[in-house]
Amino acid sequence: MRPLPRHHSIIFLILRRLRTPLILLVVIMAVSVLGLTLAPGLPDEQGRATSLSFFHALYFISYTATTIGFGEIPFDFSNQQRLWVIVCIYLSVIGWAYTLGTVFAILSDRSLRQAINTQRFLRAVRHLSEPFYLVCGYGETGRLICGALDRLHYRVVVVEIDDDKIGETELQNYFADVPALCADARNPEILKFAGLTHPQCAGVLALTNDDGANLAIAIAAHLLAPRVPALCRAESREAAANMASFGTRHIIDPFEKFSEYFALALHSPAAWQLLIWLTGLPGTTVERHRDPPRGDWVLCGHGRFGRHVVEAMEREQMPVTIIDREAPDDFEHRWIQGDGTGAPALQAAGIGRAVGLIAATGSDVDNLSIAITARQLNRNLFVILRQNQFANHALFDAFDADVTMVPSEIIAHECLAILNTPMLVPFLAEMKTRDERWCQELLQRLTGRFGWGVPTVWSERVNVSRAPAIYRRLMRGASVRLEDLLRAPHRRDEALDCEVLFIDRDDDAHLILPSPSTEIRAGDELLLVGTLQARSEFALTLSNEYASHYVLTGEELPRGRVWKWLTRRRAEAERG
Amino acid sequence: MNLEKVIFGFFIVLAATLNFGFFVGDIDNPAHHDIYELFAAIVVSLIATVLKFGDRTQIGAVQLSTSLAADLQLITAAMVWGYAVHVSPAGLTPEMTARIVSLSGGALFANVVSVVFLISETIMQRR
Repeated sequence: MRPLPRHHSIIFLILRRLRTPLILLVVIMAVSVLGLTLAPGLPDEQGRATSLSFFHALYFISYTATTIGFGEIPFDFSNQQRLWVIVCIYLSVIGWAYTLGTVFAILSDRSLRQAINTQRFLRAVRHLSEPFYLVCGYGETGRLICGALDRLHYRVVVVEIDDDKIGETELQNYFADVPALCADARNPEILKFAGLTHPQCAGVLALTNDDGANLAIAIAAHLLAPRVPALCRAESREAAANMASFGTRHIIDPFEKFSEYFALALHSPAAWQLLIWLTGLPGTTVERHRDPPRGDWVLCGHGRFGRHVVEAMEREQMPVTIIDREAPDDFEHRWIQGDGTGAPALQAAGIGRAVGLIAATGSDVDNLSIAITARQLNRNLFVILRQNQFANHALFDAFDADVTMVPSEIIAHECLAILNTPMLVPFLAEMKTRDERWCQELLQRLTGRFGWGVPTVWSERVNVSRAPAIYRRLMRGASVRLEDLLRAPHRRDEALDCEVLFIDRDDDAHLILPSPSTEIRAGDELLLVGTLQARSEFALTLSNEYASHYVLTGEELPRGRVWKWLTRRRAEAERG
Repeated sequence: MNLEKVIFGFFIVLAATLNFGFFVGDIDNPAHHDIYELFAAIVVSLIATVLKFGDRTQIGAVQLSTSLAADLQLITAAMVWGYAVHVSPAGLTPEMTARIVSLSGGALFANVVSVVFLISETIMQRR
């Protein structure tokens, strides 16, 4: 599929295909009118032969051909004229029927409709004047991410190969219009049409369920738009390694990510909870999990996912027994041959003594069956379920697993964390190095203040474009302390509902959880967590001179010449 | 030889010749200007216009615009004729005839431009 060049508008395409019926109509009208002017009419009072003029003939044919039929105007017709009118009526019916038939055939033509849709898509993408993300693949992951990005007021452009899913983008209630194209994203031309090289393109997300396609998108993004960050989903190690080899910055393997989280959960449950809370999808509430216990674990299904989990458990020195039909390639772990869906295999793996079970096969029904059987054998098991198909989520909701691993959700979380707040990544890395008590206290303090709903996490840079008011103040040599800045711009005795987690300084210093008396410096980048309202109020303080003056000093700056003059006079009078 | 090219050229030239045939004669003498010739000129000009639809070249676009100009002029001339005969009380006076013929003269110019384009396109292709 190729879109038409710009000057080939659709209307000319239609006219071109309507040439034959239009010529036919012109000819039929011409022949009818001509015949009617030639046919002899009734003689007039003097007995002279009359005939219709072109004016009357055209008038008569016009209302007859369009089936309006006013009758014989202006005089009664002669039989010769009536004979010709019979011919005209049938001719015109044929002409109109043929023309209308062609018009409808053209309008319902698939290739023409696709040409129209492509043209509309191109125009929509070309006219985007704000930063947008290019999402390739509108599956479950794509839908989650588009919804979240839309909620964060980013624009999204979708390329999807399945026509039915394109239709879904129109049914979703997005705030902004989402241009969607049904095409193969492996084709670099298509990516260009979808805005890969557009100056406002803020990022490419390769989320198709085909690693080959994601790889192709990553290469296209790397070569055609090197400055645009590419986020790629990769479910096999080969694809991930291939993407990494040419410098794709963000490769997201849901299985690897989950096993990373799982290792963190085993290592430091509070850090894990904190991470889930900070990176959740906006507008959702985090479910509180019990902490994964230490002890014997049983893993069913040693596939792509199982392998990653086993590696994570190895790092945490957690004993694990593998149940699989085929022997695993490493023999360091106890292996039971069989099917986890039956009680004998589970019992042989020692489910009675185990503390946790991971159902990691590629089949949702098998995973559920394993989990239900295992729970019957051991009520206190910590169950981790792998959910492959989003459509089965009702079943997984009904079975109360401790953790459900949904690849699409993991990819969505990860993408949003990378796109929305790049500063979160160094904070999380720093957090992972802290001990359990530190994380526990931080988690309790933050969730106590903001609740378990996913908070707004954002970053602000103190520079002339993002925070002109504060920046100018700092440049004048004033000192600004964090606690003075985080106040409501309408009532300064109220603290803003947000907290600074992390400060990144120009001189490469980091401050984690800075104390309230920290002085802000020009060029600082702050990572904040809080409510959406606090975010907009803080932005006002940073950018508005009057708001920042009030917040920092408690005085209202006089606006306008007269008030400034009055204030200056009063100040002079007070001074004496 | 291409049948499409033959038909295309035929209609363009025929539109110009019919238009010329109607135009020649004393400008205010109704006897020198036949209404059937005007009718034929209009019909052929309309067909030529439709034939030019959808030509994707630059020259095709200019061809279409000259044809549309000719149509507009000829249809206006026909409307003036209809007004003169059926609406105005004086009928087809020499003044009215002069108006009609001068309008068709404008159309003739557009048709000549069209023919010039046709010839120049043919020369450009050299085959």
